[in-house]
Amino acid sequence: MTTAAAIRGGIRIAAVDDAAKTAGIVPGLTLADARALLPDLAVTEVDTAADRRALEGLADWCGRYTPWTAVDEIDVYPGDNGGGGGLWLDISGCAHLFGGEQALLDDLVGRLAAFGFAAAAAVADTAGAAWAMARFTEETAVVVQPGDVATALPPLPVDGLRLPARTVEALSRVGLRRIGSLTVLPRGALAARFGDIVLQRLDRALGRVDEPLSPRRPAPAMHVRLAFAEPVGRADDIALATRKMLDELCARLAAAHLGIRRLELALYRTDGTVARAAIGTSRPVRDPDHLHRLFREKLDGLDVGFGVEVTVLAATVVAPLAPAQTAMGFEPREHAEVVGRLIDRLGNRLGAGNVMRLVERASHVPERACRKLPALVGAPASTCDEDRRSRQPRPLQLLPWPEPIEVMAPVPDGPPVIFRWRRVQHRVAAAEGPERIEPEWWREEDGHDPAHRSSIRDYYRVEDAHGCRFWIYREGFYRPDLAPRWYLHGLFP
Amino acid sequence: MLASDGVSRPDAALIADLRARIEGIGGWGPQPEHALAAQSFGVDEIDAVLPWGGLPKACIHEVAAADISAAAAGFCAVLLARLANQSGTVVWCRRKDGLYGPGLAAFGLDTGRLIVVRARTDKDVFWAMEEGLRSGSLAAVLGEAGSTDSIALRRLQLAAETGGVTALLLRPAGAAIVPGSVTSRWRVGTVSSVPAGTAPGKGRAGPGRPRWRVELRRCKAGPPATWLLEWRDETGGLAVAADLRHRPAAPPAHGVGSRLAV
Repeated sequence: MTTAAAIRGGIRIAAVDDAAKTAGIVPGLTLADARALLPDLAVTEVDTAADRRALEGLADWCGRYTPWTAVDEIDVYPGDNGGGGGLWLDISGCAHLFGGEQALLDDLVGRLAAFGFAAAAAVADTAGAAWAMARFTEETAVVVQPGDVATALPPLPVDGLRLPARTVEALSRVGLRRIGSLTVLPRGALAARFGDIVLQRLDRALGRVDEPLSPRRPAPAMHVRLAFAEPVGRADDIALATRKMLDELCARLAAAHLGIRRLELALYRTDGTVARAAIGTSRPVRDPDHLHRLFREKLDGLDVGFGVEVTVLAATVVAPLAPAQTAMGFEPREHAEVVGRLIDRLGNRLGAGNVMRLVERASHVPERACRKLPALVGAPASTCDEDRRSRQPRPLQLLPWPEPIEVMAPVPDGPPVIFRWRRVQHRVAAAEGPERIEPEWWREEDGHDPAHRSSIRDYYRVEDAHGCRFWIYREGFYRPDLAPRWYLHGLFP
Repeated sequence: MLASDGVSRPDAALIADLRARIEGIGGWGPQPEHALAAQSFGVDEIDAVLPWGGLPKACIHEVAAADISAAAAGFCAVLLARLANQSGTVVWCRRKDGLYGPGLAAFGLDTGRLIVVRARTDKDVFWAMEEGLRSGSLAAVLGEAGSTDSIALRRLQLAAETGGVTALLLRPAGAAIVPGSVTSRWRVGTVSSVPAGTAPGKGRAGPGRPRWRVELRRCKAGPPATWLLEWRDETGGLAVAADLRHRPAAPPAHGVGSRLAV
């Protein structure tokens, strides 16, 4: 079984399995040559997107070891330097949870093997050294002790420096096959002949300069991890575990004078997938009761699959929160605080965008004059000064989109006599208007509806024979050759 | 001997005690102290009819729309504004977009005190209302729901009592009225306004002050009543329409009253 892709001007083998390898097929071979070696070779086309997705899934799953994980951004098909994609894990300060670095690596490689992946892993002081050690040593789990990078790297081939294939070829042409043979050469000559990249990669691998890498998910400010001896699947157990982690997290937040704005719970399932639930709060919080209540809504909808092995609670957004004095014999029920908690609960179940405040702003265009802002972000100040309000009557309900109505009205301009809206005919008893509202030409690009853009509206307030009041408008100027278009935009009480 | 005696000649005090306890369980009996607090309408004619001297707090009031206009919503906005001015935030739960801040502000409801909740289903509307009522930190909670049932109303009533928060249930025109434990039931529709005066040069007059026909269709401890109310922008309050020369109060609209058993 192999996969093939168009590489360097030909269809070449991209990845091979063990059976193909024993037949002598290696990545980089053209498909024709491979077929010559093994006529009944099974070949599939490379699906880069699917491979990428699989790697990202694995990167998420590796969150059980450390919150800092990333997919190796280097070409997933380097051809002949070890093949396969890679993952970065920053395990600083995490290894003791698993009984040391070696134990962590063994655990990781073992679990990946159980999923059906052939994996090799290495731990080193630098990302570059770990990359090389994982790919160019025989062992599948290598730990380079701190400070040993300078002795571990030199025997490895130059491919381990993550160099472009062309540079590797150029180096091997002059006999530079080992990393050790590069370190003894004068740096100036090396850079002049093979480019800066060789020195850069060498320095990074040896830890002479830092290598910046970005995690796949933002590293949380604080996180708590809980591993179970046996996979758990009952919702009550998960809720209990969440509660325990919240208590620990909140204690640590209290010590740091921080509160949570956003919190993420990740459940690492036995099948290598991750279920996540996130909550947001309208103000910094570190009350485990409140947070647990927010999570309870979310936990009901989480699929635990065949069980959960590890849970991680990560505070992704935190904000300063001064210690509050609570022990005075009464419950602190500050009004804003309680309303904030209500907003949290509503927003986390119904969606943060569905709990809103209406904010007025200075605009003549009716649909722009009232903005809906998520209440979670707090009460914003109105941009509209007091005396602007109620200068002209405005409806209580504004239809999300103006609805076309059939109208009988005198020309060239005048309020309608009869109109039909939603298949009901209304006879106009009284009308007031027009109030002309022009579009805001300085906002042409982001007009709410391209069809209605750049059109003047003449609004009328009309009352029908039963006393129902409507806000209707005629679009555009009067044109003798064109029937005017009328819309109903709002309802008055 | 003793038991048969008890059955044949029941102890009057015992019966009275049991009756009081059943009333307490049913929520129909004497309300807790805070439920008796009432919010004045600012309209003496209405306050005088209601046994509490206003709209009682910490219980549910159902306001049904009589027509497609926003009159019932406007009436609710006035009530919310009066409730909010005293102690703070109000919540308005509905399924659709469309509440318009400037229009609400015109009826005295400060949008800074309002939280609008958009729910996908009526069930979520009731859930959000219940959360709001139980939190105890709000001045009032309004929910718009097309369908209700007596269990949902009962839960709301309990939540309102627990939190001491007033609940308004706004029903769209044509929604079925279900019997349930609501403290009062209202029906609000529009009435033609008295024209504001003929505009010079134009044949027709502009609409005058909004007029609503407000019916108190059911009230736990009082008689039903009907008022013709008018919103006055200049005072920012409701008042009983004074000028009835042009038009007497309309007869009960569409005969809905006859099929309503309350």
